[in-house]
Amino acid sequence: MTLPIQGNLSLVFAVIFGAIFGALLQRGRVADYNVIVNQFRFKDFTVMRVMLTAIIVGGIGVYFLHQYGLAQYHIKPANMLAVVVGAALFGVGMVLYGYCPGTGVAAVGTGSIHALIGFFGMLVGGILYALSYPWINLNILTVGVLGKIRVPELFANIVAIPDLVWFGALMVVAIVVFRMLDHGRKDFS
Amino acid sequence: MINSKFKRSYLVGAGIGILSWVVFVVVNAPLGITTALSEASGAVAVPLMGADAVAANPYWAKTIPAWDYGTLFLVGTFLGALFASVSDKTFRWELVPVTWRERFGGRVGPRFLTAFIGGVFAMFGARLAGGCTSGHGISGSLQLAVSSWTFFIVMFLSGVLTARIFSTRSVNKS
Repeated sequence: MTLPIQGNLSLVFAVIFGAIFGALLQRGRVADYNVIVNQFRFKDFTVMRVMLTAIIVGGIGVYFLHQYGLAQYHIKPANMLAVVVGAALFGVGMVLYGYCPGTGVAAVGTGSIHALIGFFGMLVGGILYALSYPWINLNILTVGVLGKIRVPELFANIVAIPDLVWFGALMVVAIVVFRMLDHGRKDFS
Repeated sequence: MINSKFKRSYLVGAGIGILSWVVFVVVNAPLGITTALSEASGAVAVPLMGADAVAANPYWAKTIPAWDYGTLFLVGTFLGALFASVSDKTFRWELVPVTWRERFGGRVGPRFLTAFIGGVFAMFGARLAGGCTSGHGISGSLQLAVSSWTFFIVMFLSGVLTARIFSTRSVNKS
């Protein structure tokens, strides 16, 4: 068996990987409207605990896999205007919906009917985007184009900071912030 | 060192991180949700707009509806959460969540309308930015992508601001 797997076998893995992802989201309580909305109200930091741990553990592993030629990077292009405006709209949508797209789909699996309603909203959002795309492609995606750039490369001209130092810094920040939170205001669970 | 109350959050986070290793190596793809949703929106648009109009759209031409890897990953996410919630007996039909009920009351209509509008915004924003909380927030951030960290930070600030504005409209202020 040669990696990466392609063709029909990859479709079997798609369901398996998706199911593991969905089960993890549910068991991590992040497929729950209350947990997500309360992150944005600074009353429950579960979402940040999950995301930062995933980024640090995932990032260090993928870094070494990439170093040894076992994995390729898939960097999304930094079209800065589109990323900033899109992220701002996404933040509004995530609070109103109470889910992000992945946790919304997972929440439908846990019986959330309003997550299903929002899922239909996402399909409408997809249609609106496709219809707007010709204009956006000309006027928005062309502004602030930095390419498929990584954070260490962005600062490379000023100071060369290796990937692992970025992850180390992230880990220190996460541990300090979460320990402060643990000793102060408690997350409710 | 680690407050045991939050151990599960860290374990799940580490689980998603390790899943990322496996996915990167085995299928050479990042985690992602909204590309498949874009395909689904194209499939839904066919009876509304006609197959020709959908096929002619330059965006849907890049995300042709198919039972491909992304779509089946989405199906898996649904099934995995369903199985997990049934097996730990937390599955329940939820029309109006507790946090919403406390602030805006128990009526179904306003919650459904807000969820729908939120879904529209989230999807449009995700497609404009090139990814969502999975594709940018986790998968992109763990590769230290500039686009993804920008997305993560701006999305969070926007969400905090939205939550603040939204809560001043609550019926019973806390």
